[in-house]
Amino acid sequence: MNSKAGSTFGSDGATDSSAARRNSKKPKYSKFTQQELPACKPLLTPGIVISTFALIGIIFIPIGLASLSASEHVVELVDRYDADCVPQHLRDDKLAFIQNSQTNKTCTRRLIVPKQMSSPIQVYYQLDNFYQNHRRYVKSRSDKQLKSKSSERETKTCEPEGTTGDGLAIVPCGLIAWSLFNDTYSFSANSKSLQVNKKDIAWQSDKKHKFGSDVYPKNFQSGGLIGGASLNASIPLSEQEDLIVWMRTAALPTFRKLYGRIEVDLEANEEITVVIQNNYNTYSFGGKKKLVLSTTSWIGGKNNFLGVAYLTVGGLCLFLAMGFILLYVFKPSNLISWLYCGLSLRL
Amino acid sequence: MAANLGLFSDPSPPPPISGHVPSSRRRPSHDRISFAPDSSHSASSPSALGVPARHGSRAESERLAASQRDLPDEDARLVVVGDAPGTAEAAARLGLGVGPAGNAVRTGKYSVLSFLPRNLFEQFRRVAYVYFLVIAVLNQLPQLAVFGRGASLLPLAFVLFVTALKDAYEDFRRHRSDRLENNRSSLVLGPSPLPRFLPKPWKRIRVGDVVKLLADDPAPADMVLLSTSDPTGVAYVRTTNLDGESNLKSRYAKQETLARTPEDGFAGVIRCERPNRNIYGFHANLELRGGRRVSLGPSNIVLRGCELKNTAWAVGVVVYAGKDTKVMLNSSGAPSKRSRLETRMNRETLFLSVFLLAMCLIVCTLNGIWLVVHQNELELMQFFRKRDYSGGDEKNYNYYGIAMTVFIIFLMAVIVFQIMIPISLYISMELVRLGQAYFMTRDTNLYDESSNLRFQCRALNINEDLGQIKYIFSDKTGTLTENKMEFQCATVGGVDYSGGKAPSPIETGFYSIVVGDQFWRPKMLVKTDPELAKLLRNGGETEEGKCAREFFLALAACNTIVPLILETPDPKQKLIDYQGESPDEQALVYAAAAYGFVLVERTSGYIVIDVLGDRQRFDVLGLHEFDSDRKRMSVIIGCPDKTVKLYVKGADNSMFGVIDKSINLDIIRATETHLHNYSSLGLRTLVVGTRKLSRTEFEEWQSAYEKASTALLGRAGLLRTVATDIERNLHILGATGIEDKLQKGVPEAIESLRQAGIKVWVLTGDKQETAISIGYSCKLLTREMTQIIINSYSREACRKSLEDAMAMCNKLTELSPMAQSSTTAAGSGRIRLALIIDGNSLVYILETDLQEELFGIASKCDVVLCCRVAPLQKAGIVALVKHRTDDMTLAIGDGANDVSMIQMADVGIGISGQEGRQAVMASDFSMGQFRFLVPLLLVHGHWNYQRMGYMILYNFYKNAAFVLVLFWYTFYTAFTLTTAITEWSSLLYSVLYTAFPTIVVGILDKDLSRRTLVRYPRLYGAGQREEKYNLKLFIICLIESVWQSLAIFYVPYFVYRHSTIDGSGLGDIWALAAVIVVNIHLAMDVARWNWMTHAIIWGSILATAICVMVIDSIWFLSGYWAIFHVMGTTLFWACLLCTIVVGIIPHFILKAFIDYFMPSDIQIAREMEKFGHLNQAMRSEIRMRTFSQS
Repeated sequence: MNSKAGSTFGSDGATDSSAARRNSKKPKYSKFTQQELPACKPLLTPGIVISTFALIGIIFIPIGLASLSASEHVVELVDRYDADCVPQHLRDDKLAFIQNSQTNKTCTRRLIVPKQMSSPIQVYYQLDNFYQNHRRYVKSRSDKQLKSKSSERETKTCEPEGTTGDGLAIVPCGLIAWSLFNDTYSFSANSKSLQVNKKDIAWQSDKKHKFGSDVYPKNFQSGGLIGGASLNASIPLSEQEDLIVWMRTAALPTFRKLYGRIEVDLEANEEITVVIQNNYNTYSFGGKKKLVLSTTSWIGGKNNFLGVAYLTVGGLCLFLAMGFILLYVFKPSNLISWLYCGLSLRL
Repeated sequence: MAANLGLFSDPSPPPPISGHVPSSRRRPSHDRISFAPDSSHSASSPSALGVPARHGSRAESERLAASQRDLPDEDARLVVVGDAPGTAEAAARLGLGVGPAGNAVRTGKYSVLSFLPRNLFEQFRRVAYVYFLVIAVLNQLPQLAVFGRGASLLPLAFVLFVTALKDAYEDFRRHRSDRLENNRSSLVLGPSPLPRFLPKPWKRIRVGDVVKLLADDPAPADMVLLSTSDPTGVAYVRTTNLDGESNLKSRYAKQETLARTPEDGFAGVIRCERPNRNIYGFHANLELRGGRRVSLGPSNIVLRGCELKNTAWAVGVVVYAGKDTKVMLNSSGAPSKRSRLETRMNRETLFLSVFLLAMCLIVCTLNGIWLVVHQNELELMQFFRKRDYSGGDEKNYNYYGIAMTVFIIFLMAVIVFQIMIPISLYISMELVRLGQAYFMTRDTNLYDESSNLRFQCRALNINEDLGQIKYIFSDKTGTLTENKMEFQCATVGGVDYSGGKAPSPIETGFYSIVVGDQFWRPKMLVKTDPELAKLLRNGGETEEGKCAREFFLALAACNTIVPLILETPDPKQKLIDYQGESPDEQALVYAAAAYGFVLVERTSGYIVIDVLGDRQRFDVLGLHEFDSDRKRMSVIIGCPDKTVKLYVKGADNSMFGVIDKSINLDIIRATETHLHNYSSLGLRTLVVGTRKLSRTEFEEWQSAYEKASTALLGRAGLLRTVATDIERNLHILGATGIEDKLQKGVPEAIESLRQAGIKVWVLTGDKQETAISIGYSCKLLTREMTQIIINSYSREACRKSLEDAMAMCNKLTELSPMAQSSTTAAGSGRIRLALIIDGNSLVYILETDLQEELFGIASKCDVVLCCRVAPLQKAGIVALVKHRTDDMTLAIGDGANDVSMIQMADVGIGISGQEGRQAVMASDFSMGQFRFLVPLLLVHGHWNYQRMGYMILYNFYKNAAFVLVLFWYTFYTAFTLTTAITEWSSLLYSVLYTAFPTIVVGILDKDLSRRTLVRYPRLYGAGQREEKYNLKLFIICLIESVWQSLAIFYVPYFVYRHSTIDGSGLGDIWALAAVIVVNIHLAMDVARWNWMTHAIIWGSILATAICVMVIDSIWFLSGYWAIFHVMGTTLFWACLLCTIVVGIIPHFILKAFIDYFMPSDIQIAREMEKFGHLNQAMRSEIRMRTFSQS
């Protein structure tokens, strides 16, 4: 085929072609526009697969062991008292017992320390079946009101505990504050009382920024239905640590909340006497109440799950590494054979 | 011959089709714009494709007959020449309702006022948007307010705003081009007292106005020619803007209107048909003052957009203006197409909706059960408190009974779980397509150097369809070929002269002639055969020499070419440019000029030819134009030596019938052999003959000719008879071989496409012989192929030939058992079939029950060639395939005749080359060369498809995983839809936390490099087989999202079950874990990591962490400082690591397993890429082993 035939003469002189070059719409070459940026192309080769599994196994098993041992070192003492703290003759109608303000709610429990517990010992109360994350419940609060005195009337979100019957604003308003937990515990060991430190049980961030130091309880628990504890009207909300802890609503229907700390060590087999004021009504819906004493470690309280999970995953990965080695050995579909068979048959 | 069906292993052109085709003013190349191949048949078979196309193809005789009767008033439009108000009045009188349109055009969709409502309306036609609107509205109800009111509207508002902005910009551009167009001006005859042509903007021109066009002016509206600068009333126009043909066409003013110009008070009424979109048809008559009627046809009308060329001026009257013009009626714009993937996606979206509904039902049912179980306790439960005691009387607080509560919970569940159907996916897809389009237009491999054109994405919503094409329908002229004919060789007097060398002015010398002190030379160089040139110069009186001279004289004379003299920068030099409708004739005239027979001048009565330096004037005594019946044309020339000669040129099979076989049998035989050789080289051949006419013969002819050309009825038929009578007993001179030059890289591109499993069908208006020869030269047809040829002239014949073809197909399939087993192995010994069918047959097949059979045969054939097809038939063929298979179709073409097919196909590609913009305007993508299909489909199409497919699945997966985490939590909130994850994180999750990585990966990720994809076209099959997006993958995705959501939810749940953690803290852990897991999942699937991928994936994890921290730093949100308290513990980090690994391991195992033990082609190629990188030598060895077989 000839190459020149058909070309045009004359007008396409040098001037023309340079103009064409100037007006050229030819896309500028760059690695980006041509999609040729330097890149790495990871491939799951047998080596990478096996070493990944092996690596996960090697990392996970020690972590699992460490968490298990940490969990083992935690000493936890749990005592469910909601049923036992109702006097024998009133157990048929627990609701009447708890609703009656005349009955004696004091209840004494004896606990044996299973192992030596070193201070600080956290004292928790645990409620079961209490949906602090219920939609009606979590919405019923007013953060503005809690924060500053001037927003006292901001109770719109607090229904049905926004205002008293007379229309006065309740401070703190809302179902959450209204239902403040009001069982109290006092501990003694060897007939010597154990001090429970209730300072700093709430987050500093909450005390400083969420609850105002000039906001005082007002009209609280004055309505027809008492939900829980009442508050000392002379202490600002930022100092009401029980309230602050309570108002950090729990994620799950079974939850623990910090009651205080015992700052002395407890010896193994020591007997502790707990005097409980059993005021809080969980009987109406069958919620359990538990008292928990626990030491802490880096994984928090006693919890074997994490350790077991790590060991399981680690073990599984080692097993998979082995499995893949075997697969690769017994089905030697290495690259060349794939390239040969695969491509020649299919491409 | 009714049907022609046979086995041709012989590559020579098969016997011609016969039958008669209307003899309107058609030239050899003209036939590509004919709508219906045979009008006399089409009249009797209303089944053919479009109705408007009918008029244009009426035979001249019919049109003449039609002009005798009136157009019915209700179908007519009256145009009073030179009187626009009168025209409008006439329209009103006829009760047409709306008068003729003004000439202003409007392509913009919106005005400033209508933009907001119309744009919103159009956007909300997307069902997904309505869904999100409903959700946002639901959220405004106080009982249902899950999210803040403003917050819930934000994502939808954002999506709407971005889309509206895009639409507004596009519309602004349309308005701007409209304004430009409307403000151009033309000369319009002023009002009667002082008739003068004055400039007037186009938008003010009305029907009935008389417009004067000067040379190179575009016509402002469709107008009937009244007079031109040429005394015979000829005007040449270039219709590039209209149908894409770049050569000149002649239009005529009627003799009756020539004499009296409107300035002198010419008056008349034109009665024409209503506006229609048939650009090749026009049917009207002109009533002159004396009551005399003149019929007008398509050759009397100049359409809007045509440019007047080579004519000093032309005057016409506007008959259609503005939106009534044929060009506007034809530019209805591309119908919006939806990509295959998006259609498929709707199915999965529906599935997800069911899934979502099921989740909502589960939640609300369980909530109802919980309420029933605890019915008696609700009153005193601290966390429920059914009653409100604050107002004196006790009333229920937010409690509407169980049934109502359950219903509210249901609606709330829909709101909370809404992102199960990912709103961000729609905007992500738009952005990804935008990015992909950017890279396609910037690709230097898709840039056409010769026309300085980039690739253009005109439709932004079908990028990924490019990766799934199974059928390509290609136009021939201008698409496969350059539409540049080139004279290659000739056989003269039985001697083959094909030793042409590349022309070089110094060596062989192109012929330039001396006119005064100037040199004129042809614009185009043609290679010449030195032997032949020598023979012409020195042969003198030898028999061969005479024959050669006669031959080139015939080439220079026997045509309708108009020579144009062009200026050059050098005042001493001028260029001769040959303009004509037929590129073949152009090539022949250039060839004659190169050999020294330069056509210098043409008027209606004579031509001037410079014969080897000697200027001679030849009188053109008669001209029989080409018609597809005779397949030849002839001129009768009065030579300077007073002899009268007939020169005929035509297709070989028609010429050998009229050549006198009694003399020069040797020459005829030799010529036939040479012709055979030429056509097997893919050349277009023409045979040239001559005869000396005796005086009596000439006189007989002359009287017959005059009688015929003045006849009122059946003029065309009479003229044909006259021509046939004179064209006989010819003395053969020789034959020419013209190359219809293929575009660069076409055979290679077709081979690549074939290997990629794409079937290429060629649909052309060309003759069957030409089509077949091009088929050979572009390697579409090969010698091993068995050709099935169908050309029939009746329905029954069609049925018969289809049945025969089917039988043969089946027989051949049985003969080659390989056929079924190796559909992929190209050319592995099975007999390959090619179907060649012509437009006549298609008339009877398309839209009848025969379609099914045609499709059956066609799908068995490797190649289908349709020749002589009309534009609407092209669309019909595309529809035939599109509606019967699930496969994707692509149409590629360059001319106006391809528009319908481009719009019909799933993907339409316009070639923007020398021809006009019509095809480009209708297309979804446009580019400069056919061969760009290879990088476009194999590389960009593949990438786009796999990116988009992955992105959609990934979006489904990531949103499902997140929604499921929310869902599991409802089991621990008494089914009340409290979310531990803050509402802001919920809203930002799909918009911010996880959207950007998918977009960047969707734009940038490449599974394979360009080189690999081009080298192994078979890899394209992944898209055709829908490997990257199918139900199986979708289900795997959902299973993975269920597993991961379980891991994300339950690992932290079990870790923190007995702790003092608050809701927000745990929510933050879940949110972070979810974002990290889905991003790592994405990271594992990314094929190519460049710095942007790294930045976006790790960056978005970081951004999420920052966002969570920022949200937890707002004091009035319940989660204040929660994340910081949680993050401070070792437990958190241990928990997070465990969650991520547990969540991601199954995906890793699955991937490792599939990649290694069930690798896809793509995976193998990826390994090869990587492997080759490590070991160059090994790769070449493998390549040799594996690819030497194919």
